[in-house]
Amino acid sequence: MSNLTRPNRRRFLGTASAALGAAATGSLWQPGAARAATPLTVGFIYVGPKDDFGYNQSHAEGAAAVKSMEGVTVLEEENVPESQDVQNTMLSMINFDGASLLFPTSFGYFNPHILELAPKNPEVRFEHCGGLWSEGNPTNAGSYFGYIGMGQYLNGIAAGHATKSKKIGFVAAKPIPQVLNNINSFLLGARAVDPGITCQVIFTGEWSLAVKEAEATNALADQGCDVITCHVDGPKVVCETAVSRGAFVCGYHADQSPLAGDKYLTGAEWNWAAVYTDMVRKTIAGEAIPNFVRGGLADGFIKMSPLGPANSDAARKQFEAVKAEIMAGGFAAIKGPLKDNKGNVIAADGQAFVETDVALESMGYLVEGVLGSTS
Amino acid sequence: METVDIGLWGVPLAILGGAIRVSTPFIFVSLGECLTERSGRINLGLEGTLVFGAMSGYAVAYETNSAFFGVLAAAFAGLLFGLVHGWICKFKGVNDIAIGIAMMLLGMGLAFFFGKPYVQPVAPDLPAISFGWWSSIPQVQAALQVNVLFLLGGLLAVFMTWMFRATRVGLIVRVVGDSTDAARAMGLDPDLVRLLATGVGGALAGIGGAYLSLYYPGSWNEGISSGQGLMAIALVIFARWSPANCFWAALLFGGAGALGPALQSVGVTQGYYLFFAAPYVLTLALLILTSSTERSMQGAPLELSLTK
Repeated sequence: MSNLTRPNRRRFLGTASAALGAAATGSLWQPGAARAATPLTVGFIYVGPKDDFGYNQSHAEGAAAVKSMEGVTVLEEENVPESQDVQNTMLSMINFDGASLLFPTSFGYFNPHILELAPKNPEVRFEHCGGLWSEGNPTNAGSYFGYIGMGQYLNGIAAGHATKSKKIGFVAAKPIPQVLNNINSFLLGARAVDPGITCQVIFTGEWSLAVKEAEATNALADQGCDVITCHVDGPKVVCETAVSRGAFVCGYHADQSPLAGDKYLTGAEWNWAAVYTDMVRKTIAGEAIPNFVRGGLADGFIKMSPLGPANSDAARKQFEAVKAEIMAGGFAAIKGPLKDNKGNVIAADGQAFVETDVALESMGYLVEGVLGSTS
Repeated sequence: METVDIGLWGVPLAILGGAIRVSTPFIFVSLGECLTERSGRINLGLEGTLVFGAMSGYAVAYETNSAFFGVLAAAFAGLLFGLVHGWICKFKGVNDIAIGIAMMLLGMGLAFFFGKPYVQPVAPDLPAISFGWWSSIPQVQAALQVNVLFLLGGLLAVFMTWMFRATRVGLIVRVVGDSTDAARAMGLDPDLVRLLATGVGGALAGIGGAYLSLYYPGSWNEGISSGQGLMAIALVIFARWSPANCFWAALLFGGAGALGPALQSVGVTQGYYLFFAAPYVLTLALLILTSSTERSMQGAPLELSLTK
């Protein structure tokens, strides 16, 4: 692999032969013409299989939309761990395939991997999903994400109406800010229906561990949780296990209604196709992509699955009303007075963190009513 | 769904349920490996066979709409993998461990390659028998949903114990495993016996894979096994090459694996990464407790490349 990290000889040969070629053909060729006609090569990197009914599939659907654009070559690599492996994948896409726009889509790719490679490859644009690009990070790197917590808040409203035991469950992968935000939003949505509801969370520790996800779902059902959602890469196992235990399901990442049937309440889905085609179009046109891109329901970054047949009329009404509020902008799920589940004050009375607040992206707490711990 | 609040009882119940749900692949792979190793060979390729069995079982069950055909297909695929391993290993100078690693990677690679179109579809599940009819608590009923393959695995462990102890076939496998020369002197063909033992062992591992994809967790994806095949091979050594012990060791592993999620669900939430390591900690502790300086490899077939 060491040849990947020493690309200069290869790059030198490439440039040198191009220069020789240009010199040899001389006046017949206009310098720069070849460069302008060079098609854009875009690389997508996924942490799991790209048809997992979940996170990776949502990105692969976005990549498929890019593939159909004129003058764009799309590279994809799946099952790339959040380790040195992703650096090797990025380097080989850059050096061997000539990619100049990369979408490494897993959270753990950003720090340290993208932060390490971006300064060394200034001609390449690194667009990372979920990370928190901040001032001082390389300028050829950027991060984009959607306010999917709002989707989980809407999931929570459907769950709050559907639960009889007043206990809802959440199967989570790792305690990172986005996951915590989803858990908190799910519970707060349910508490907007009934403040007595609690949410039990179980962390599996990995993005994709089929057996452990099934065990976690069973443990939640054993404790009486009758609506279950998740934040793991592929929600298929959680969905199917929850349904087999008679629990309702709120989806995540993609539409899982084919898996859960009548037990499917609704789901928070990504809509990356719009985001990716826009970024690629900007790159081709030579426009700058902002380093920090965010969007929510109103921007078309996320969408909700159609409401399932099990939702009551009251649930539908509140769901649509809150959805309209979110679409209007400035909605806050985390608002005072609010404590975390250890008793610390998160938001004082009158204080609110609206969906776009950057502070939410470094969230390290679980709100009051969530049974679980971040470590 | 009317649930009863079972509180802390959830933990022992989850361990029991987990032992029944999670252990079946361990049972089949370790029994298969036990048979192969008793004949004097190690087949490390069973992880690949498990994954390929999961894929082929799921694919065939989906195409034929019958979980039963899925299990048959997985067993057949496992048999082929085992036979290839057994056939290659008969040549001089071939190392069975190296071939096993190659077969493991081959099995996983082929499964990923052919399995792509089957990640999304939903295949029929294997049936389960409900042993919780006596209880009115839904959690107990759910924990006692026992799959047919689990019962078969238990019966198979008893059968293999009897086979090794009391039958001619068992004797032949043991002789070949303990001394090639003695086997030849008896007029046996050690290569043929090992070929068959590896083939049958592979078929059992394939069935274990079908359980993963067709019952629990019940869908095919590339991370379905997460190393369970390798752990099951280690279980054989832990179980001292005894089929009955393989069964108990598999139960122990399944139950310990359920500990982490169950503890979180009752509110023991600190340090869950540590609880997830429970099966491995338990194995290490038991190995240390049962270790001895005098009879370190007791029960090991003498022709095994571990003991030579």
